[in-house]
Amino acid sequence: MTRSRFLLVVLGLSALMALCLPAQRAFAQKPTPSDDEVNRIAHQLYCPVCENTPLDVCPTEACRQWRDLIRQQLSQGWTEDQIKQYFADQYGARVLAEPPRTGMNWLVYILPPLVIVAGAFLLLRAMHNWTKPAAQSPAPGQEEPSDEYVARLEEELKKRS
Amino acid sequence: MTDSTIAAPAKRRGVPMWAQIIIWVVLLGLLAMVAVALRRTQQGTVQPGDKIPDFAMPLFTGYGMNGSQQVKLSNLRGKVVIINFWASWCKPCEQEAADLRTAWDSYKDTGKVVFVGVDYVDTEPEARAYLEKFGIQYSNGPDLGTKVSQLFRIKGVPETYFIDQQGVLRRVQVGPFTSVDDIKAVIDPMLR
Amino acid sequence: MWPEIGYGILVIAFLVALYSVGAAVYGERKRSPAWIESARRAMLLLWPLITLGAATLIYMLLTDHYEVSFVYQVTSRSMPAYLKITAWWGGQAGSLVFWSWLMSAFASLVTLRKWDRDREFLPWVIVVTSITTAFFLGLVVFYENPFARFWQTVDGNVITSMWAPANTTLMVAQDGRGLNPLLRHPGMIIHPPMLYLGFVSFVIPYAFAMAALITGRTDDRWIRLTRRWTLWAWLFLSTGLVLGSRWAYDVLGWGGFWGWDPVEIAALMPWLTGTAFLHSVMIQEKRGLLKQWNMILVILTYALVIFGTFLTRSGVLSSVHAFAQSAIGPAFFAFIGATFITSIGLVIYRWPDLRGETELKSLLSREALFLLNNLLFMSVLVVCFWGVIFPLISELVTGQKVTVGPPFYNHATGPLFASLMLLMGVAPLSAWGKSTWQTLGRAIWKPALAALVVTALIFVYYTRLAIPLLGFYLVALVICVTVYEYWRGARARHRSKGENFFLAFGRLTARNPRRYGGYFVHISMMLMAVGIMGINMFQIDTQATVPVNGALKLGEYSVKYESIAQFDAADNRQVTRAVVGVYDDKGDYLGELHPRIDYYPDAQQNMTIPGERATLTDDLYVLLVDWQPATANGATFKIFVNPLVNWLWIGAIIFWIGALIAVLIPDREPERLAVPEAQRVPQPGVAD
Repeated sequence: MTRSRFLLVVLGLSALMALCLPAQRAFAQKPTPSDDEVNRIAHQLYCPVCENTPLDVCPTEACRQWRDLIRQQLSQGWTEDQIKQYFADQYGARVLAEPPRTGMNWLVYILPPLVIVAGAFLLLRAMHNWTKPAAQSPAPGQEEPSDEYVARLEEELKKRS
Repeated sequence: MTDSTIAAPAKRRGVPMWAQIIIWVVLLGLLAMVAVALRRTQQGTVQPGDKIPDFAMPLFTGYGMNGSQQVKLSNLRGKVVIINFWASWCKPCEQEAADLRTAWDSYKDTGKVVFVGVDYVDTEPEARAYLEKFGIQYSNGPDLGTKVSQLFRIKGVPETYFIDQQGVLRRVQVGPFTSVDDIKAVIDPMLR
Repeated sequence: MWPEIGYGILVIAFLVALYSVGAAVYGERKRSPAWIESARRAMLLLWPLITLGAATLIYMLLTDHYEVSFVYQVTSRSMPAYLKITAWWGGQAGSLVFWSWLMSAFASLVTLRKWDRDREFLPWVIVVTSITTAFFLGLVVFYENPFARFWQTVDGNVITSMWAPANTTLMVAQDGRGLNPLLRHPGMIIHPPMLYLGFVSFVIPYAFAMAALITGRTDDRWIRLTRRWTLWAWLFLSTGLVLGSRWAYDVLGWGGFWGWDPVEIAALMPWLTGTAFLHSVMIQEKRGLLKQWNMILVILTYALVIFGTFLTRSGVLSSVHAFAQSAIGPAFFAFIGATFITSIGLVIYRWPDLRGETELKSLLSREALFLLNNLLFMSVLVVCFWGVIFPLISELVTGQKVTVGPPFYNHATGPLFASLMLLMGVAPLSAWGKSTWQTLGRAIWKPALAALVVTALIFVYYTRLAIPLLGFYLVALVICVTVYEYWRGARARHRSKGENFFLAFGRLTARNPRRYGGYFVHISMMLMAVGIMGINMFQIDTQATVPVNGALKLGEYSVKYESIAQFDAADNRQVTRAVVGVYDDKGDYLGELHPRIDYYPDAQQNMTIPGERATLTDDLYVLLVDWQPATANGATFKIFVNPLVNWLWIGAIIFWIGALIAVLIPDREPERLAVPEAQRVPQPGVAD
C-alpha cells in the first residue's frame, strides 16, 4: 500500500506538474547541449525513484529535473564519466545500468561464467563417460562409489512397501 | 508397485554425497536469502521504540547547523530531533512545508528542538528553489547515495521521524502533516 | 450480500481442494478406488465452484460495488465494461482468483482423460494439482480477499475487512481509483491470461513427474503422457512473452519491447528451461538417455514459475510490472520452500531408478548436440537468474542497491544466443546415434554456402559491422539449413512416391508434426532474431523541441510537427494528440502519425502512446514528450527508427503456425518407433 502510494505520488503528481508547468530550461549558458547529447548520457542512467526505467525515457517531473541537471553539467564541460560518477555518488549505485566493478559487485560478472564453465565441464565429462562402453559408465558426477549394500537394502525395502 | 526391477542392480548408484551437500547448501542458502529479503520488504519503516543508529550527513551551504556543514545524530543527544524526508518534485511535501516552517519558528529559540530536512534524490538547484519558496531555514542536506533514507527504510516522501533526547524513535509520520498543531502535538509531549 | 456469496464459494472451493488432496492420499494408502474416485470428483467440482466465485467478482466489478476494496482499487465508473471485466486480473487479489480458476480448469481437463493404463499416477496427480490450487485459493481466502469491504468506525477511520468489525458501518466509495492505465490496453487483455496459462499449464507435467517419482514408475510413460501438455504450456508461455513485448512496445513508450526488467526475466526463465526440456525430451524418447536430466528440467521449470510469481507478487523485487507489496509473502515463501525441498528430495531418492538406458555413440550425434543446446539454455538461465537475484544479495550484504540492467544481459547472453543459433543450424543435419564430420560436412556445405552468399549481399547493401554480419550469417544459415532439410524430405517423397511437391511437403509435415513444426519454430526464431538484432544494433533516436511546421530529421525520415489538439475521450481520459507528417529523404509525403499523451484523472497518471509507422525495413516510432501552448515554443518529440523490428512480429506469426502444427496434428509415429527412427534419420533426405 505504502509503496503504491509512493509511486502514485511520484508518477501521478509529478505528471500533473509536467502538465501544468512548462519545463524551465533556464540554464542558457553558452551553446546549450542538445536533447540528444543529454539523452545519450541519460540513457545509461536509471531513474532513482521509479523502478527500472532508464532516465532518458522516464516521463516524470523528477526525471526531467535530472535531465536538466545533465544538460547543465554538460554545458559546464563535465565529461560523461564525471556525470555518471556524480549521479552514483548522489543517488547511489542503483542509478547505474550495471553494478560498478568494485568489491562484491565483481560477483555479478564472475559467477555466471564460472557456473557455465563448471556446467560445460560436467557435461563434457558425462558425455565422455557415456561414449565408453556401458559397463563402466557412471553418469554425471557419480565417480564416488556409494555403498552398494545400502542401495540394495533400500531397494528391497521399497519392494516390500 | 515399483519398477526397481528395471534398473540393473549393478547400476544402482545414488547421488554422491558431495553433490547432495552442494545441492542442499545452495538451495537452503537461496531460501534463506529470499527469506531475509522478504522480511526486509515486510518490515516497513523503522518503528517507534527503535534506537536509531548514528549517522552523519552533509548539509547544503546556507543550511548548516551551528556553522557546521555536517550534522551527526549522536551530537544531538539531549535534544528532540525531527527528521523530515522530502523532495522538490514531491507535491504532497509542499502541503506540509509551510507548517514545518511555522513549527520550526516556534521552537528554534528554545534550543531544545532540532529540525533536519533530508532531501531525498533531488537536484540541488531545484531543492534550493523549494527551500526558498517556503522560507525554510532549518538545516537541510542531500541524502547522498540514499544512505539516510535506507537507514530509516523510508517508503516514500514525505515522511517525518521524531527522535527523543535519548536517540530513541518516538513517532513516525507517513505522508504530509495537515496542520502546525499536529506537528506540535507530537513534539510538546516529548519536551516534557 | 454478494461479497458473502462470492467469498463463501471460494471458501468452499478451498475446502473441496483440501478434501480432494486428503481423499487421494487416503485412497492411495488404502488402495481404495472409491476414495480416489471421490478425490477426482472433488477436483472436477473445483472449476465450476471457482467459476461461480469469479462470476460473483466480475458481477461486482461491472456494477460498481465500491464498498469492496478490490473493486475500488481496479475500476472506476468511467471505465468501459470490457475493461471492468479485465480488471479481474488487474490487481493482486483478483489475479490470484484468476490463477486458481485457470489452474482448476487444467486440473479438470487432465483428470477427465482415460486413466486405464496409468491408474497409479492418478492419486498423485490429483494431490499435486489440488495442493497447488488449494494454495492459491488459500492465499485468496486468508490474505488477499477480493471481497473485503470498507468499514467506517465512529471516529472516521476506515477498516478493510470481510466482516463488519464492531461499531462500524459499511462505507461505499463514490468512485473507484480505476485500473492502472498501463493495463488499459488491448494487449493487456490477452497478455496476462496467456502468460498465466503458460505458467499454470506447466503444473501438469510437474504433477506427472512427481507422480512418477513417488510411485517409482520412472520409465518414459510420464513423459509420453505429458508431451502434449508441455507443448501447450510452452506455446502459451511463448505467446504470453510475445504479447507482453508487443504491449511494452505500444504502451510503455521506451522505443523498445524488452527492457530486461526483473519481471520480464521472471517470465523468460521458465521459458528457457521449458525450451530446453522440449529438446532434451526427444533424446529420452529416441535414445533412452537423460531421464534424470528431464526430470530435473520439469521440476526446474515449475519451480521457476512459482519462484518468479513469488518474486513479483511479494514485493521482494520492484519493477514496473510488479504488484503492490502484499501480505502473501510469508505463505508463498513457505509453499516455495516445501515444493523445492520435496521435489529435490524425491529426485535424489529416485536417482538410481532414473538411469539412462543406452550410451552416447558420437559427440557429433544429434543427441550430443541437443546436450549442448541444453547447456546453452542453462547458461542463459544462469545469467538471468543471477542478474535477478544479485541486487537482493547486494542489498542484504552491503546495503547497496544496484541495478543489473540491459548492458549486463546483452553482453552476457549475446554470445550464448549466437551459439544457440549455430547449433540450430547444425543439429537438424546431424543424425541420431552416429554422426561424423564427414557426413555432417556433406550435408551442411550447400546451405552454409548459400548463407554466405546472403551475408555477402548484406555486406554490400546493408551493413559492414562485424557482429551484425555474424548474426545475419547465423540467421541465414539456420534458415537455409531448415529450408534445405525440408526440401530434401519433400524431394525424396516426390521421387519415391510421385507426389507433387506441395503434397509431399504437407504429408511430410503431417507424418512428423513435431519435427517439422519445430522447423517452422526455428525459422520463426530466426525472423525474431532479425528483429531483435535490428533494434539492438541499429536503433537510432533523436529528440528536439520544434515549433509548428518545424521538422525533425532522423535517418531517412523527416517528421514535421503540424498541429496539436487536446480533447476528452469517451472513457474520461484527457488526450493530447499531436499530428505529425512523415516525409522521406526525397521529401515525399508518407503519411501522418498521431503520437499522444493520455492523462487518466482517476488514476492521476500519464501514458505516452507512440505514433508508429511500421514497414519491413524499419519502424518509425514517434513520441510526444512535452508540449507548450501553440503560441510558445512548440512541442518536444522523441523519435526512434527501429530497423527490422517488424520481423519480430512476423516471426511470432510463423511461430504460432509452427507451434500449432506441432501441438494440433497428432503424431503418426507409434510410440515404439524409438529405434527405427534412430536408424532412419542419418540421411534425412532420403529416409522416406
